[in-house]
Amino acid sequence: MSAEANIRTLTIDEVDVSARADQTILEAAREHNIEIPTLCHLEGLSEVGACRLCLVQVKGARRLLPACVTRVEEGMEVTTHSPRIDRYRTMVLELFFAERNHVCSVCVANGNCELQTLALRLGMTHVEMPYQYPQLPVDASHPRFTVDHNRCVLCTRCVRVCGEIEGANTWGVMGRGAQSLVITDLKEPWGESETCTSCGKCVQVCPTGALFEKSRAGMRAQKHPEFLPYLRIMREGEQQ
Amino acid sequence: MSETKTLATVWLDGCSGCHMSLLDMDERLIELSSQFSLVYSPLVDQKIFPDHVDVTLVEGAVASDDDLRKIRKIREHTRVLVSLGDCALTGNVSAMRNQCGPGPVLLRVYSDGQKAPSMGVPALLDRVQPVHEVVPVDVFVPGCPPSADTIYRVLAELLAGRVPTLEGVAHFG
Amino acid sequence: MNAEELQQLAAEARDERPQFDYEVNVCMGTGCLSQHSDRVKNALEKEAEISGRKCHVRRTGCMGLCAAGPMVLVEPAETRYGHVHEGDAQEIVASLGGDPVARLDPQLRGYFEGQKHVVLENSGHIDPEKIEEYIARDGYEALVKAVTEMSPGQVIEQIMKSGLRGRGGGGYPTGLKWDTVAKVKGAQKYVICNGDEGDPGAFMDRSVLESDPQRVIEGMAIAAYAIGAAKGYIYVRAEYPLAVQRLTVALQQARRRGLLGSGICETTFNFDIDIRLGAGAFVCGEETALIASIEGKRGTPRPRPPYPAVSGLWGAPTLINNVETFANVAPILRHGGEWFSSMGTARSKGTKVFALTGKIQRTGLVEVPMGMTLRQIIFGIGGGVPDGRKFKAVQTGGPSGGCLPEEHLDLSISYDALISAGSMMGSGGMIVMDDTSCMVSVARFFMEFCMTESCGKCVPCRAGTVQMYELLTRITKGVATHRDLDRLTDLCEVVGATSLCGLGQTAPNPVLSTLRYFRHEYLAHIDEKRCPAGVCEIGTGHPADSAEVTVAGEVHV
Repeated sequence: MSAEANIRTLTIDEVDVSARADQTILEAAREHNIEIPTLCHLEGLSEVGACRLCLVQVKGARRLLPACVTRVEEGMEVTTHSPRIDRYRTMVLELFFAERNHVCSVCVANGNCELQTLALRLGMTHVEMPYQYPQLPVDASHPRFTVDHNRCVLCTRCVRVCGEIEGANTWGVMGRGAQSLVITDLKEPWGESETCTSCGKCVQVCPTGALFEKSRAGMRAQKHPEFLPYLRIMREGEQQ
Repeated sequence: MSETKTLATVWLDGCSGCHMSLLDMDERLIELSSQFSLVYSPLVDQKIFPDHVDVTLVEGAVASDDDLRKIRKIREHTRVLVSLGDCALTGNVSAMRNQCGPGPVLLRVYSDGQKAPSMGVPALLDRVQPVHEVVPVDVFVPGCPPSADTIYRVLAELLAGRVPTLEGVAHFG
Repeated sequence: MNAEELQQLAAEARDERPQFDYEVNVCMGTGCLSQHSDRVKNALEKEAEISGRKCHVRRTGCMGLCAAGPMVLVEPAETRYGHVHEGDAQEIVASLGGDPVARLDPQLRGYFEGQKHVVLENSGHIDPEKIEEYIARDGYEALVKAVTEMSPGQVIEQIMKSGLRGRGGGGYPTGLKWDTVAKVKGAQKYVICNGDEGDPGAFMDRSVLESDPQRVIEGMAIAAYAIGAAKGYIYVRAEYPLAVQRLTVALQQARRRGLLGSGICETTFNFDIDIRLGAGAFVCGEETALIASIEGKRGTPRPRPPYPAVSGLWGAPTLINNVETFANVAPILRHGGEWFSSMGTARSKGTKVFALTGKIQRTGLVEVPMGMTLRQIIFGIGGGVPDGRKFKAVQTGGPSGGCLPEEHLDLSISYDALISAGSMMGSGGMIVMDDTSCMVSVARFFMEFCMTESCGKCVPCRAGTVQMYELLTRITKGVATHRDLDRLTDLCEVVGATSLCGLGQTAPNPVLSTLRYFRHEYLAHIDEKRCPAGVCEIGTGHPADSAEVTVAGEVHV
C-alpha cells in the first residue's frame, strides 16, 4: 500500500490535520498541539479507555468517543471542547475526587499529581458531590515503596506497566465497583511479593500519590514516566 | 471613588493558614484597606457579625454545631460568600476524621484517662462538611492555603464588581 | 448423520408414541422442582404402573405458568393441572380418558390463549435430556438442511429475511451481524451463546436451556456453518446448575449422534461447543466482558470498536448472540424467513418471551407475537393485579430499562416503541407493580443493583452509581432537597453519556423513567416528606430498607 493511502485527513476543532491511519484521535490531536485531558492513558502502555476524560464528539457518532482508542478516519470531524463535553469532564473529575480520600495538602504527590493538575486545568474549583470517605488500607511493607489506596484512581497504569513492560505481572485488580483495589499478587503484602522485582516502574507511572517511594515527597517525588516509550521500543527490538 | 465595601473574614475548622496568607498580601493590605472596611474577623475585636456584609471570606470546614450556627447566620447577612481554601472547599485535613467519625479522634486525643470535655466547648458534628454542602457559596478559592496573590486577585475582582475566575490559577493543595 | 438417517430417527421416535394411550408431562424446570415436582413425577409413575394403563410419564421443561407449579400436562387431551401434589397422582391417572380432575384445574386456559410459541414450542412437551424427542419434533431438520442443501450465504439470507433482532436486549439485526462476521477474513472464528442472564426478574434463557437445550445447540451450529466457525462456547451462569447439567447432557447426545463434532452430515463442516460458567457477575452479560471472562481474564468490558465481529475471542472474529436469538434460528430455517417476518410489527418481527413477575395473578413465562399490547399481556394473559389492588407500573428491560405507567398500557410491544417510551425490551423481564410500590424505592433498588454490579473499570459507573444511590436514599429518607434532585438529574446525564459499557450507560434509565412518569412521587418525598405508597420510613431516620425487601420480593418467582 502506498504511503498516501495510509494517511487520513480530518478536522479536530475545525483545524485540518492529517494522521496515519493507525493513529488514534488523541495521538493526532497531540501531534498538532490540541490538548485533550487524559488520566489512564500513558504513552508506552496499552489503552484501556477507562478514565473517560478524553471523550470527544465525532460528527455522526451517536455517543461521545474516547479519543485514546478511537482511530482516525478520513473526513472525520472531531470536537474536543464544547460546553457539554467540558461539563461532563468536570463532573467525571469530581467523581474521581469524591470517591476516595484525596487530600492534596498532605499528599506526597502535592505539586506532582496528574489529578491535581487536571482539576486546575479543567477549572474544577470545588466538588459538588459529597465525598465518600471510604476506609482504605495503606501497605508500606515493601522496603522502598508504599501503596496508599486512599489516593488510587484505578487507572491501572501500574497493572499495565508491570505486565506489559516489566513482565512481572505483580499488580492486578480485585473486587468490583467502588470496592475495586489494585493488589500485589493475590493480595499479599507488597513486601512479601515473590513476583515483584522492585523495579519501581509502577511508582513512576502512577499519576497520583497512591504509589510512592519512601522518604520522598513534594519536589523530590517527581515521577518520570517518559522513559516508557523507549523501553517499549527496546523490548520490541529485542523480540525481533 | 465609590464608597468602601464591608469585608468580613471567618475562621471555622481550619488551621488559620488562610488568614496567614491573607496577611501575606503585605503592602497590598494597605491598598485594599482604603476600599474595604474590615468589619468582622479574628483579626479585629468586633464580636457580633454585622447585619449587612458585602464580602465574607470563610476559612475552614463546618465541623461543630457552633460552626454550623455561625455559617448559617453569616450566609444570611452576607452578599458574596467566598469559600477560602481547601478546608472550606473540600473539608481537607479537617474532614480526614470522616473516615472514622469523631469518636475515635476524641478517644485518641484524650487517651490519658481524661474525659473529653462536654461543657463549654462546641459539640463535634458526626461528619465534617465543606461550606457549600451547608449553605450556598458564591466564589470558590482553592489552595492550602491560597496564595496571597490569589486572595488579592479575588478581592480586587470583587471590588471591580466582577465574579473572579480562578480556573487555571489556583489549585488544591 | 445425514438427512435420511435423521428422518429415520425422527420416525422411530414418533413411532414410540402410539405405544401409549396417554402422556403425562411433568414440569421439571427449576420453578416446579422447587415445589417438588420430582416427587409428583415419581408418584405418577408409580400410580401409572399400578393402574396398568398405557401411560407414559415424562419429565419435561417449563410449561410457562410457574405461579401454578408444579404443573402437569396430560396429552392428548391437553389438560393442564396446576399446584399438583404427590397425593393427586392417583386421581390424575384414574381420570385419564375421562373427565379431568376438576379440583386440580385452576382455570389455566386464559394464560395460554393468545400466546404464540416458537421458541417455547417444545418446552413442556419433550424430555430435555432426550435428543430423540427433540428430533421427533423436527429437531435438527434445519441444521441438516442448511449444511447439505444451502450455502452459508443462503442461510444468512433467510435470517436477514426473517427480520430477527437480537433478543439479549440491544435488538441488533441478527442477519446483519452474521453477515458481518461471515465477511471478516479469519482462519479461526467463534460462535458464542450468551446465557449470562442476570436481570432481576428474568428467567427466559434459563427456561429455554432447561427445557429445550438442543434447540440452542442447533441454532449455534447453523450460525457456525453460516459464518465459518468450528468452535463455539455457551456461557452460562453457574447459578443455573440445572441448565448446565441439561446442556452437558444435550451436548454429549448431539456429539454421539454426529450432530456436533467433525464431518457433520457427512460434509466437511466441523463444529463443537464447550460450556463456560459465569461466576455471577452481571457485567459479564456485556459481550466484551463475557469474552474476557471466557479468555480467563477479569470480566470487564473494553471500548468498542473493534466489535467482536472483527476482533472478539482471542482476537478472532466472533459471533455472539443470546440464548433466545439462537433458539429462533432453527424454526426460521425450517419454515423460511418470510414465515417469521409475517409475525410481529414492521420493525420487530417474530415473537418474544417475557418473564412475567411481580404483582400479577399468573407469574410465569409467556411467549407472544411482537406488537401485542402491554395490557393484553398483563391483564389478558397475566390475569391482572391480584388482591384488588390498582396497577401502577410495569418495569421492562431489567436494570437498563424503565417503568411505564398506566397511560402506556396500550403500547404495542416492539424494540422501538419501548425505547421511545423511555424503557427498553431488554432480555424480556417484565415486573408488574401495584399501588403499594414506591417508585423512588424501585429506582433505588435498581440503582443499588447497578452499583454493586459495576465492574469498577470506568469512573462514571463506579463512582456515579454510588452518588446516585446515595441521593435516592436521601429522597427515600425524606431529607433530600430540590438541589439533590437537580444533582441526580445531572448525574443521570453524565453517567449515561460517559460510561464505558452498556451497564453504566443505561444505569440511569430506571431513575429517568420514574422521574418522567412519577415525578410527583419524588416531589412528595422531598416537599411533603411523605411516601405516597407508604413504603419509605420517612422521619424515622432509618434508611428505607423495608422498601428494598418489598421490591426484592416482587422479582423472585
